[in-house]
Amino acid sequence: MATGRDDFVIAFRSAFLKKKDKQKFSLLTLIFLSIFVIILGGFDSKVIKIFKTGINEIIYRSSFLVSIPEKKIKKINLQIEEHMNLYEDYKKKELELKKLKEQKLSNDFLFIENQKLRNLINENINSKELLAKVLIDNESPYLKSIVLNKGSKDKVKIGMAIMDGSYLVGKIIEVNFTNSRALLLSDLNSKIAVILQPPGIQAVATGTGKTHGGIEYTKDEYRDEISSLEKIVYTSGLGGMYKPGIPVGKISTNTNDKINFFSDFSQLDYVKIVSYNIGDNN
Amino acid sequence: MSSLNKSSFFQIFLSYFPVLILFLSVFNEFDFNYLNIDYFSFNFVHILIFYWTLRSPNHLGYISIFVAGLINDVVIGIPMGISSFCYLLICSVTGYIRYITLSPNFINDWMSFLFTILLVNSIQVIILDLILFLEVDYMSYLINSVFTFIFYPLFFIVFNYLDNRILIQQND
Repeated sequence: MATGRDDFVIAFRSAFLKKKDKQKFSLLTLIFLSIFVIILGGFDSKVIKIFKTGINEIIYRSSFLVSIPEKKIKKINLQIEEHMNLYEDYKKKELELKKLKEQKLSNDFLFIENQKLRNLINENINSKELLAKVLIDNESPYLKSIVLNKGSKDKVKIGMAIMDGSYLVGKIIEVNFTNSRALLLSDLNSKIAVILQPPGIQAVATGTGKTHGGIEYTKDEYRDEISSLEKIVYTSGLGGMYKPGIPVGKISTNTNDKINFFSDFSQLDYVKIVSYNIGDNN
Repeated sequence: MSSLNKSSFFQIFLSYFPVLILFLSVFNEFDFNYLNIDYFSFNFVHILIFYWTLRSPNHLGYISIFVAGLINDVVIGIPMGISSFCYLLICSVTGYIRYITLSPNFINDWMSFLFTILLVNSIQVIILDLILFLEVDYMSYLINSVFTFIFYPLFFIVFNYLDNRILIQQND
């Protein structure tokens, strides 16, 4: 029994403490160093922040360069797929266009009416937009985020909204000097206040870690009532982070509140970083 | 081809190949994500580190693994140091297995690999979810571990071939 324990101790020592021919540090030293890095990362000191920003800048740029070939493969794959479905897509789009032209006429009227009403209650929504290129979009299975080529030097701030055209994609969670990281709506840690139309119920849209989103914090009686309806998910504007009415996604009938996002997060090349200033005219 | 085999550049390239692939894969998050297959993902870096630190530790230094871990954390956006810690845990398991094994065989390695990735992923989930309070998808981790385990034999063959080539080059 004692011999067995001795063997274990010797093997353990050999694995952790012995340096091999070409190793400059023992394994145990490096394990302690990585624990030290994890603990250090939790401190909110200025020196650590500057150090982190520097590392992020270098790694994001290098990762962008290294992932160029993979991006090319991705693009070729997509182009082949698009070519294969060209005729079918054309027919679908033709129909959609006809419908949209009809809808636009009534929307124009609603837009003007809405502006008039906002003026009546002295409310205005100003927004500043910034176009950014997606540097890294390696969606890991654990975290859904993208790295953008605009940072604090372009006045990007934490919490700003990320839009793909008119659709909401996510928000800024980390800002470096020349780049920033945005958390996508599909990430498990993403939660935004939304409104489901129809019937106009307030809820919280949450990421699922997959390509779709989910709905949280709606009362069960509402849930039963609306499960048979097809719903569009818009931002509600509660919390003041986003303006109300930004389209997020669509919930089809009887899909257990599964949000199909309007934007395809795997195809983001350029996005808009938007900040909203919501207040009254005075 | 024979002249290529004798070229010193090719020899150096081959001997640094594991390190090169390690850094390429952490910078690039090499996991075939672009195939867009639901639930499919595997951790190539875990396979790479496990194989080379177990079978040919002189070609993959601990410092390279530590730095690769830091890069991986920055690229995927998790707090720095977690991947380094997990990668070094794999190294400690392989170091232990190497010491207690007299005649290495594939099945033993494969089973030890299963134990290692389950241990490492569990520790990563504990750190992220219970200590740093970041929400993680347990199912993603489990599926990732299963696919990583399934893919091990395939990469074992490839790495074994490379390892033999490096050995032949060095003995030439």
